[in-house]
Amino acid sequence: MSKPHLELTNVQMAFDTPTGPFIALENVDLKIRKGEFVSLIGHSGCGKSTVLNIVAGLLQATRGGCVLDGHEVNTPGPERAVVFQNHSLMPWLTVYENVELAVQQVFRKSMSKAERRDWILHNLNLVNMGHALDKRPGEISGGMAQRVGIARALAMKPSVLLMDEPFGALDALTRAHLQDSLMEIQQDLNSTVIMITHDVDEAVLLSDRIVMMTNGPAATVGEELHIKLPRPRNRVALADHPEYVHYRQAVLSFLYEKQSFPAKQTPPRTEPGADSATEEADGDAGTFTVHAAPSGRTALAQPAEENA
Amino acid sequence: MTTFNQTHNPSRPLAQAQQWLRAVSDKLTARNLASTARQLLLPAIGILLFLGFWHLAAPQVETSLGAFPGPAQVLEQSGQLWQEHSDQRDRAAKFVTMQEQRNERILAENPEAEVKIRDYPGAPTFLDQIVTSLGTVLAGFMLATVIAVPLGIIIGLNRHFSAAVNPLIQIFKPVSPLAWLPLVTMVVSATYVSDDPMFEKSFLTSMITVTLCSLWPTLINTSVGVAAVNPDLLNVSKVLQLSFWTHVRKVVLPSSIPMIFTGLRVSLGIAWMVLIAAEMLAQSPGLGKFVWDEFQNGSSQSLSRIMVAVLAIGFIGFLLDRIMLLVQKKVAWNE
Ligand SMILES: Nc1ncnc2c1ncn2[C@@H]1O[C@H](COP(=O)(O)OP(=O)(O)O)[C@@H](O)[C@H]1O
Ligand SMILES: [Mg+2]
Repeated sequence: MSKPHLELTNVQMAFDTPTGPFIALENVDLKIRKGEFVSLIGHSGCGKSTVLNIVAGLLQATRGGCVLDGHEVNTPGPERAVVFQNHSLMPWLTVYENVELAVQQVFRKSMSKAERRDWILHNLNLVNMGHALDKRPGEISGGMAQRVGIARALAMKPSVLLMDEPFGALDALTRAHLQDSLMEIQQDLNSTVIMITHDVDEAVLLSDRIVMMTNGPAATVGEELHIKLPRPRNRVALADHPEYVHYRQAVLSFLYEKQSFPAKQTPPRTEPGADSATEEADGDAGTFTVHAAPSGRTALAQPAEENA
Repeated sequence: MTTFNQTHNPSRPLAQAQQWLRAVSDKLTARNLASTARQLLLPAIGILLFLGFWHLAAPQVETSLGAFPGPAQVLEQSGQLWQEHSDQRDRAAKFVTMQEQRNERILAENPEAEVKIRDYPGAPTFLDQIVTSLGTVLAGFMLATVIAVPLGIIIGLNRHFSAAVNPLIQIFKPVSPLAWLPLVTMVVSATYVSDDPMFEKSFLTSMITVTLCSLWPTLINTSVGVAAVNPDLLNVSKVLQLSFWTHVRKVVLPSSIPMIFTGLRVSLGIAWMVLIAAEMLAQSPGLGKFVWDEFQNGSSQSLSRIMVAVLAIGFIGFLLDRIMLLVQKKVAWNE
């Protein structure tokens, strides 16, 4: 096997807490190929965001480490762009300026002013946000803001795109639309993606591989599932595809049979992130979003928010 | 509010006119009237009630300088003060013209002669004192801002620094201007020695006292605002590897602007209050000195004149706050 693009080796993460160290992750090993789309799934609080933040360089593993293209990851950097759950756009900058801030920073030297402008517009058009350049984040819907967050990340030309529940806070229709856009973009750019999700269908539909994490504390990679569905994938066509159903079954069985309801094993905790923003998709109650059938092919219809 | 329910039918102009009328009358609904009333009527009622109460209560309060002045006396004195001001302006103008005429005569006799024009030596009027006070308060407030905002940013950014200076802030914040004043006076007298001083010592003393008392709210609010920047945005800044300056300019400052302005408004209010006290105590020119002089003067009009000053101080303080609010609306992104 060729050398992996991104490699997590024997990662341990211990947080200092008032009651002593809390071991969130133990022995996490993960190898990711270039262009691979990997989903991380697991019960809320198991340590998915922690894994992502270690890859992003926002957290330092207490043991083991992360190597990207042969270089150890110690600090954050634009080659590992992050899409946060709640878009994290600067509320005082317009849509254009938000992407500009990133492009300015990454391509200050390598692109002329005109090239940068074209590149910003290109990325915003990619996520269908070319029409709202001068709007502030407060003036657009959550779905639109999330698109801009994705455009900002893509505009950095990252080697790895890290997404922490990027669609968690969105309604089902908008989510389906963005999932389709993301699939197209990822295929065109062949980018490497690590995405955290609570949505079993989302994971199966988008991923090349689903990494399932055991419950914390001391969470680790429980099972991995390679999704060998042909691309491009169509959610409607896949709805009763036997293999698709089989993959979903496998993930559900891991979550509910092998790693069932975690509340009894872990003490109540205070969630540091914004995980609880989405009651619907949050695993706190042990409920994962599982659609009875994948939602309709919404890419054809303009999502409601666009007409607002 | 009902919406226009237009049935486009040109053959029925009457119906259209009716609709138009209905729309107009909708605008005069009870709710609209009520909101206009809240905006104008109620404050007016409040002021009138206050004036009435003042008018009735004032004569009941006997002082050694006669009864406490009512609204009528105060109004009369404000006219008087304005009159004195314009009289003095006239005299000053005449004084200057006289000198100019004399200089012309001298020059006509001897073109080599050196001539100069002296300023009118009269005492400053009420309006002059207002201008002086405004200048001092703005200077002191600016100085406080220039110190407090950068310092607040550093404190907000650095937890260790914050822990180190926090006790100092907590101790100095509640100190009254009256306590600072003697110290500032002595230090200014000792250190600011110059043959041709750019500023009056009294101006410096008042200004520095204002600065010392008014910088705390801005300092504290800035540091709190800076420390409270959304952690997700800080992560974005880290991922982008923004330099320290870009980070401060593009992320920290805009994010804390609303908090900073809240602090600035409180600071300006304190600055104005402190200034009056400082001027009274230090006998430095300004509204405070006007009040003190009138108090010492002890004529039958003194209380009315002091009351004019009190109202002027309040009104100017209100205006200053309004101006800050306008500036905030211009600068802050969330307004
Ligand atoms: N900074 C921190 N300090 C202490 N504990 C933390 C910290 N960050 C995360 N944790 C704990 O680590 C565990 C994993 O958290 P996280 O990675 O956010 O979970 P997930 O994203 O899977 O919901 C949780 O139990 C959480 O309480
Ligand atoms: Mg999380």
